[in-house]
Amino acid sequence: MTAPAAQPSVVRFANVTRRYAKGVGGVAKVSFSVAKGEFVFLTGPSGAGKSTILKLARMEELPEAGEVRVAATSSLKVSRTDVARLRRKIGIVFQDFRLLEDRTAFANVAFALEVTGTATAQIGPRVQKVLERVGLASKLQALPGELSGGEQQRVAIARALVNDPLVVLADEPTGNLDERATKAVFSLLREINAAGTAVLMATHDLDLVRASGYRTLELNKGTLAFDSAEADPVSPGAP
Amino acid sequence: MRLAFREVATAFRRAPGLSVLSVVMIAFSLFAFGLFGLVAWNIRGALQRAEERVEIRAYVVEGTGTEAIGAAIGDIRAFPEVATVEYVGPEQALERARTELAEFRDVWEPEFLPASLEVRLRPGQREPEVVAAVARRLQGYPFVDDVRFGEEWVRKFALVRDAVTWAGIFLGAAFALVSVVLIGATIRMAVLSRAREISIMRLVGATDGFIRLPFLIDGLLKGVLGGVLALGLTWLAPYLVRNVVSTAFFPPWLAWSGVAAGAILGFVGAALSVGRQLRRV
Repeated sequence: MTAPAAQPSVVRFANVTRRYAKGVGGVAKVSFSVAKGEFVFLTGPSGAGKSTILKLARMEELPEAGEVRVAATSSLKVSRTDVARLRRKIGIVFQDFRLLEDRTAFANVAFALEVTGTATAQIGPRVQKVLERVGLASKLQALPGELSGGEQQRVAIARALVNDPLVVLADEPTGNLDERATKAVFSLLREINAAGTAVLMATHDLDLVRASGYRTLELNKGTLAFDSAEADPVSPGAP
Repeated sequence: MRLAFREVATAFRRAPGLSVLSVVMIAFSLFAFGLFGLVAWNIRGALQRAEERVEIRAYVVEGTGTEAIGAAIGDIRAFPEVATVEYVGPEQALERARTELAEFRDVWEPEFLPASLEVRLRPGQREPEVVAAVARRLQGYPFVDDVRFGEEWVRKFALVRDAVTWAGIFLGAAFALVSVVLIGATIRMAVLSRAREISIMRLVGATDGFIRLPFLIDGLLKGVLGGVLALGLTWLAPYLVRNVVSTAFFPPWLAWSGVAAGAILGFVGAALSVGRQLRRV
């Protein structure tokens, strides 16, 4: 699904550069935006800059040049508290799930509400609802170690969704999953997107990208080499 | 706050061994410092008792009138260095000598010993040069025949006291530094064991203050528990050596200062460690 052009952007990169000391990875003069409700793939070989884009989008890192704007938070003027507040408006999903191993599926998701100061009475129903939404109603009390990879990723997605984010940033969310689990997780992300949440997903799975028909941003050596919304290859630094 | 205490309890349940180890490490670090402190405290007490023996004795010329002596006593008491002035008559001097010295047991004539003024100085005014200066002023009175203050003993005592004081400061600082490093490393280890949790908390939108709070409470509690345990061990230590040496324990304010030091070290160690970890995520 490509969002209508009139939709405001939830993620916007304007001439963004971020380089690393050893010269590996990083991005240079990257510009693109993700509209509200849009699903966008980030593709490219290892070291092309996909993870850097996602780190910049969740403001784990800040650009050396250019501006990143996510859910009205600008990288040009951002404090650590602003970053914490931003992360309550976005959902983040990783290849390695990043769950707390000694807490149940329910507790892992509830944790994301507790840190935001949500009233205790609201936490239970909201967590129950989101875990039902990802198909884990029967695994509320399971520890991550008792769940399959696909189920763990669904817990991570539930945690990303529980604060009703404007956008989900997914870094290779199917990278550790078998084909069946990959399809299930991707299907879940599509459903989330269909409900109006934008998704920016980095992946190596080109079959998945081709089959979906979603907009694709292809990175190569830290520059944006192709944007399917533009139909033609774009030159580095183009807005 | 309720959530912070729950996180502290969760951390303890998750790794009770590590929590107990942290408390024990803090306790032993403070215990080592406490033992050193106890030895230093007792040496200090012994030195203070020895220093109180510093006195100046001004021998009075035989036949000096009581008015002149009384006026001089009032005058000397007004010296800023002087704590007490006591007139010791010949009878009193002989009585003391007979009690303290065997060779005077058979002496009965009070005229055998001269009357004197026994001058004791205030704490902090017992340096050799101060004692000598006061002795010189006493020598200036016309009815004073001779002034004695054990010049050599006072000088050697000051040297020993200064050497012990500086050794105490140096060793105390070394012990304190080792304690701080050990406690810091212990708390850092506890924080590192929860590094993943910190990064996940940050990931889901927790502020630095929210993340820090349970670690600060944890560090404070461990510091207090370690301090209380160290205090108990230090209190028991003199009992183990009571047949060999008699020791005084710290006054309550100083003993509880050790517990407070544990609490502060735990709190500050946690603040520094978690702050360092937060800068990475």
